[in-house]
Amino acid sequence: MQLESYAVILSAILFGLGALGFVFKRNIITIFMSIELMLNAVNLSFVAFSRMRALLEGQVFVFFVIVVAAAEAAVGMAIILQVARNRQSLNIERIDLLKL
Amino acid sequence: MSAETILFFVLAAAALGGAVNLIAQTHPIHSALSLIVVMVALAGIYLLLGAELLAAVQIIVYAGAIMVLFVFTIMLLNAGAEERTAISRAATWLGLPFAVILTVVLGWSISLSQAPTYAGPGVAMARASGQLSQLLFTSYMFPFELTSILILVAILGAVVLAKRDF
Repeated sequence: MQLESYAVILSAILFGLGALGFVFKRNIITIFMSIELMLNAVNLSFVAFSRMRALLEGQVFVFFVIVVAAAEAAVGMAIILQVARNRQSLNIERIDLLKL
Repeated sequence: MSAETILFFVLAAAALGGAVNLIAQTHPIHSALSLIVVMVALAGIYLLLGAELLAAVQIIVYAGAIMVLFVFTIMLLNAGAEERTAISRAATWLGLPFAVILTVVLGWSISLSQAPTYAGPGVAMARASGQLSQLLFTSYMFPFELTSILILVAILGAVVLAKRDF
Protein backbone atom coordinates (compact mmCIF):
# COMPACT_ATOMS: atom_id res chain seq x y z
CA MET A 1 0.00 0.00 0.00
CA GLN A 2 1.07 3.56 -0.65
CA LEU A 3 1.75 6.10 2.05
CA GLU A 4 -1.41 8.01 1.05
CA SER A 5 -3.66 5.01 1.70
CA TYR A 6 -2.29 4.74 5.23
CA ALA A 7 -2.86 8.48 5.67
CA VAL A 8 -6.51 8.15 4.62
CA ILE A 9 -7.05 5.27 7.05
CA LEU A 10 -5.35 7.29 9.82
CA SER A 11 -7.66 10.19 9.06
CA ALA A 12 -10.71 7.89 9.32
CA ILE A 13 -9.56 6.65 12.74
CA LEU A 14 -8.82 10.19 13.95
CA PHE A 15 -12.26 11.31 12.77
CA GLY A 16 -13.87 8.42 14.64
CA LEU A 17 -11.96 9.31 17.80
CA GLY A 18 -13.04 12.93 17.42
CA ALA A 19 -16.67 11.87 17.06
CA LEU A 20 -16.28 9.66 20.14
CA GLY A 21 -14.90 12.55 22.17
CA PHE A 22 -17.65 14.83 20.89
CA VAL A 23 -20.32 12.43 22.15
CA PHE A 24 -18.73 11.38 25.42
CA LYS A 25 -16.93 14.38 26.89
CA ARG A 26 -18.71 16.55 29.44
CA ASN A 27 -16.60 19.70 29.32
CA ILE A 28 -17.53 22.27 26.65
CA ILE A 29 -13.89 23.11 25.95
CA THR A 30 -12.98 19.44 25.45
CA ILE A 31 -15.97 18.97 23.14
CA PHE A 32 -14.71 21.94 21.14
CA MET A 33 -11.28 20.30 20.98
CA SER A 34 -12.88 17.11 19.62
CA ILE A 35 -14.39 19.19 16.82
CA GLU A 36 -10.91 20.55 16.02
CA LEU A 37 -9.63 16.96 15.95
CA MET A 38 -12.29 16.02 13.39
CA LEU A 39 -11.37 19.06 11.28
CA ASN A 40 -7.73 17.97 11.38
CA ALA A 41 -8.66 14.45 10.31
CA VAL A 42 -10.53 15.81 7.30
CA ASN A 43 -7.54 18.03 6.43
CA LEU A 44 -5.28 14.99 6.46
CA SER A 45 -7.52 13.12 4.03
CA PHE A 46 -7.59 16.19 1.77
CA VAL A 47 -3.79 16.29 1.68
CA ALA A 48 -3.59 12.53 1.02
CA PHE A 49 -6.09 12.72 -1.85
CA SER A 50 -4.27 15.76 -3.20
CA ARG A 51 -1.09 13.71 -3.44
CA MET A 52 -2.87 10.65 -4.85
CA ARG A 53 -4.28 12.67 -7.74
CA ALA A 54 -1.26 14.99 -8.01
CA LEU A 55 -3.71 17.91 -7.89
CA LEU A 56 -3.04 20.89 -5.67
CA GLU A 57 -6.72 21.81 -5.24
CA GLY A 58 -6.90 19.56 -2.18
CA GLN A 59 -4.23 21.63 -0.45
CA VAL A 60 -6.07 24.85 -1.37
CA PHE A 61 -9.12 23.37 0.35
CA VAL A 62 -7.09 22.60 3.48
CA PHE A 63 -5.88 26.18 3.48
CA PHE A 64 -9.46 27.46 3.55
CA VAL A 65 -10.49 24.90 6.17
CA ILE A 66 -7.70 26.14 8.44
CA VAL A 67 -8.82 29.77 7.98
CA VAL A 68 -12.43 28.90 8.77
CA ALA A 69 -11.32 26.82 11.78
CA ALA A 70 -9.38 29.79 13.14
CA ALA A 71 -12.42 32.07 12.79
CA GLU A 72 -14.62 29.39 14.34
CA ALA A 73 -12.25 28.98 17.29
CA ALA A 74 -12.27 32.73 17.99
CA VAL A 75 -16.07 33.01 17.97
CA GLY A 76 -16.54 29.69 19.78
CA MET A 77 -14.19 30.70 22.57
CA ALA A 78 -16.06 33.98 23.03
CA ILE A 79 -19.34 32.04 23.29
CA ILE A 80 -17.83 29.58 25.79
CA LEU A 81 -16.51 32.49 27.85
CA GLN A 82 -19.99 34.02 27.96
CA VAL A 83 -21.69 30.70 28.80
CA ALA A 84 -19.22 30.04 31.61
CA ARG A 85 -19.83 33.52 33.00
CA ASN A 86 -23.60 33.19 32.95
CA ARG A 87 -23.93 29.58 34.14
CA GLN A 88 -20.84 29.39 36.40
CA SER A 89 -20.09 25.96 34.97
CA LEU A 90 -18.40 24.35 31.97
CA ASN A 91 -20.31 21.10 32.35
CA ILE A 92 -22.51 20.47 29.34
CA GLU A 93 -25.10 18.75 31.57
CA ARG A 94 -25.71 22.01 33.42
CA ILE A 95 -26.48 23.94 30.26
CA ASP A 96 -29.94 22.56 29.62
CA LEU A 97 -32.24 25.55 29.09
CA LEU A 98 -33.48 24.09 25.82
CA LYS A 99 -34.15 20.68 27.35
CA LEU A 100 -37.76 19.67 27.88
CA MET B 1 10.12 -0.65 4.43
CA SER B 2 11.55 2.69 3.49
CA ALA B 3 12.59 5.30 6.03
CA GLU B 4 9.65 7.41 4.87
CA THR B 5 7.15 4.70 5.79
CA ILE B 6 8.75 4.08 9.19
CA LEU B 7 8.69 7.80 9.95
CA PHE B 8 5.05 7.90 8.87
CA PHE B 9 4.14 5.11 11.27
CA VAL B 10 5.98 6.80 14.16
CA LEU B 11 4.09 10.05 13.51
CA ALA B 12 0.80 8.18 13.04
CA ALA B 13 1.33 6.43 16.38
CA ALA B 14 1.99 9.81 18.02
CA ALA B 15 -1.17 11.25 16.48
CA LEU B 16 -3.31 8.28 17.52
CA GLY B 17 -1.84 8.26 21.04
CA GLY B 18 -2.55 11.97 21.37
CA ALA B 19 -6.11 11.55 20.14
CA VAL B 20 -6.82 8.68 22.55
CA ASN B 21 -5.23 10.65 25.38
CA LEU B 22 -7.42 13.64 24.50
CA ILE B 23 -10.51 11.53 25.20
CA ALA B 24 -9.06 9.66 28.17
CA GLN B 25 -7.94 12.70 30.19
CA THR B 26 -10.46 14.40 32.46
CA HIS B 27 -8.62 17.70 32.89
CA PRO B 28 -9.07 20.05 29.89
CA ILE B 29 -5.47 21.29 30.00
CA HIS B 30 -4.19 17.72 29.56
CA SER B 31 -6.59 17.27 26.65
CA ALA B 32 -5.32 20.51 25.10
CA LEU B 33 -1.69 19.40 25.36
CA SER B 34 -2.60 16.04 23.75
CA LEU B 35 -4.29 17.90 20.93
CA ILE B 36 -1.06 19.87 20.36
CA VAL B 37 0.78 16.54 20.04
CA VAL B 38 -1.76 15.41 17.42
CA MET B 39 -1.36 18.65 15.47
CA VAL B 40 2.44 18.58 15.46
CA ALA B 41 2.41 14.92 14.37
CA LEU B 42 -0.03 15.80 11.58
CA ALA B 43 2.30 18.61 10.48
CA GLY B 44 5.08 16.02 10.18
CA ILE B 45 2.80 13.79 8.11
CA TYR B 46 2.00 16.75 5.82
CA LEU B 47 5.75 17.18 5.31
CA LEU B 48 6.05 13.49 4.39
CA LEU B 49 3.15 13.85 1.95
CA GLY B 50 4.89 16.77 0.26
CA ALA B 51 2.76 19.63 1.57
CA GLU B 52 5.45 21.88 3.04
CA LEU B 53 3.40 25.08 3.12
CA LEU B 54 0.52 23.35 4.89
CA ALA B 55 2.92 21.84 7.44
CA ALA B 56 4.15 25.34 8.28
CA VAL B 57 0.61 26.74 8.39
CA GLN B 58 -0.50 23.83 10.57
CA ILE B 59 2.23 24.60 13.12
CA ILE B 60 1.74 28.38 13.05
CA VAL B 61 -2.05 28.59 12.94
CA TYR B 62 -3.23 25.38 14.63
CA ALA B 63 -0.52 24.44 17.11
CA GLY B 64 0.29 28.11 17.61
CA ALA B 65 -2.67 30.45 17.43
CA ILE B 66 -5.69 28.21 17.94
CA MET B 67 -4.19 26.12 20.74
CA VAL B 68 -2.95 29.23 22.53
CA LEU B 69 -6.56 30.43 22.42
CA PHE B 70 -7.72 27.13 23.92
CA VAL B 71 -5.11 27.10 26.68
CA PHE B 72 -5.77 30.78 27.37
CA THR B 73 -9.49 30.13 27.80
CA ILE B 74 -8.88 27.12 30.04
CA MET B 75 -6.62 29.22 32.27
CA LEU B 76 -8.97 32.21 32.20
CA LEU B 77 -11.99 30.14 33.24
CA ASN B 78 -9.90 28.16 35.70
CA ALA B 79 -11.43 24.97 34.31
CA GLY B 80 -11.03 22.07 36.70
CA ALA B 81 -11.29 18.34 36.13
CA GLU B 82 -14.43 17.08 34.52
CA GLU B 83 -17.21 16.13 36.89
CA ARG B 84 -18.05 12.48 36.68
CA THR B 85 -21.75 12.66 36.05
CA ALA B 86 -23.61 9.59 34.96
CA ILE B 87 -23.55 9.79 31.20
CA SER B 88 -26.89 9.76 29.53
CA ARG B 89 -28.24 6.49 28.23
CA ALA B 90 -28.44 7.97 24.75
CA ALA B 91 -24.67 8.48 24.78
CA THR B 92 -24.04 4.91 25.94
CA TRP B 93 -26.45 3.09 23.65
CA LEU B 94 -26.30 5.34 20.58
CA GLY B 95 -23.05 7.28 20.90
CA LEU B 96 -20.47 4.52 21.18
CA PRO B 97 -22.01 2.30 18.46
CA PHE B 98 -22.36 5.40 16.30
CA ALA B 99 -18.66 6.25 16.59
CA VAL B 100 -17.59 2.63 15.99
CA ILE B 101 -19.94 2.28 13.00
CA LEU B 102 -18.69 5.58 11.59
CA THR B 103 -15.07 4.44 11.77
CA VAL B 104 -15.89 1.01 10.32
CA VAL B 105 -17.94 2.43 7.45
CA LEU B 106 -15.23 4.97 6.65
CA GLY B 107 -12.50 2.32 6.69
CA TRP B 108 -14.65 -0.10 4.69
CA SER B 109 -15.44 2.42 1.97
CA ILE B 110 -11.78 3.39 1.80
CA SER B 111 -10.70 -0.23 1.40
CA LEU B 112 -13.38 -0.76 -1.28
CA SER B 113 -12.43 2.27 -3.30
CA GLN B 114 -10.45 1.79 -6.46
CA ALA B 115 -6.80 2.66 -6.29
CA PRO B 116 -6.50 5.89 -8.26
CA THR B 117 -4.38 6.22 -11.32
CA TYR B 118 -1.24 6.99 -9.43
CA ALA B 119 0.46 10.03 -10.90
CA GLY B 120 3.59 9.81 -8.80
CA PRO B 121 4.57 12.47 -6.31
CA GLY B 122 7.88 13.56 -7.76
CA VAL B 123 6.88 15.67 -10.74
CA ALA B 124 3.91 17.64 -9.52
CA MET B 125 4.99 18.10 -5.92
CA ALA B 126 8.53 19.30 -6.54
CA ARG B 127 7.57 22.98 -6.41
CA ALA B 128 4.29 22.43 -4.60
CA SER B 129 4.52 25.48 -2.33
CA GLY B 130 5.10 27.87 -5.19
CA GLN B 131 2.37 26.29 -7.29
CA LEU B 132 -0.03 26.33 -4.35
CA SER B 133 0.57 30.04 -3.84
CA GLN B 134 0.12 30.66 -7.54
CA LEU B 135 -3.16 28.74 -7.49
CA LEU B 136 -4.35 30.70 -4.42
CA PHE B 137 -3.65 34.05 -6.03
CA THR B 138 -5.04 33.24 -9.48
CA SER B 139 -7.85 30.67 -9.66
CA TYR B 140 -8.88 31.02 -6.03
CA MET B 141 -8.33 34.77 -5.70
CA PHE B 142 -11.97 35.56 -4.92
CA PRO B 143 -12.45 32.97 -2.13
CA PHE B 144 -9.06 33.98 -0.75
CA GLU B 145 -10.14 37.61 -0.48
CA LEU B 146 -13.50 36.53 0.95
CA THR B 147 -11.71 34.85 3.86
CA SER B 148 -10.41 38.26 4.94
CA ILE B 149 -14.02 39.42 5.32
CA LEU B 150 -14.78 36.21 7.23
CA ILE B 151 -11.91 36.87 9.63
CA LEU B 152 -13.02 40.49 10.07
CA VAL B 153 -16.54 39.32 10.94
CA ALA B 154 -15.09 36.71 13.33
CA ILE B 155 -13.02 39.39 15.11
CA LEU B 156 -16.06 41.66 15.46
CA GLY B 157 -18.20 38.75 16.66
CA ALA B 158 -15.63 37.66 19.23
CA VAL B 159 -15.22 41.19 20.59
CA VAL B 160 -18.99 41.77 20.83
CA LEU B 161 -19.64 38.36 22.41
CA ALA B 162 -16.86 38.69 24.95
CA LYS B 163 -18.06 42.08 26.20
CA ARG B 164 -18.94 41.89 29.84
CA ASP B 165 -22.37 43.52 29.73
CA PHE B 166 -24.00 41.06 27.38
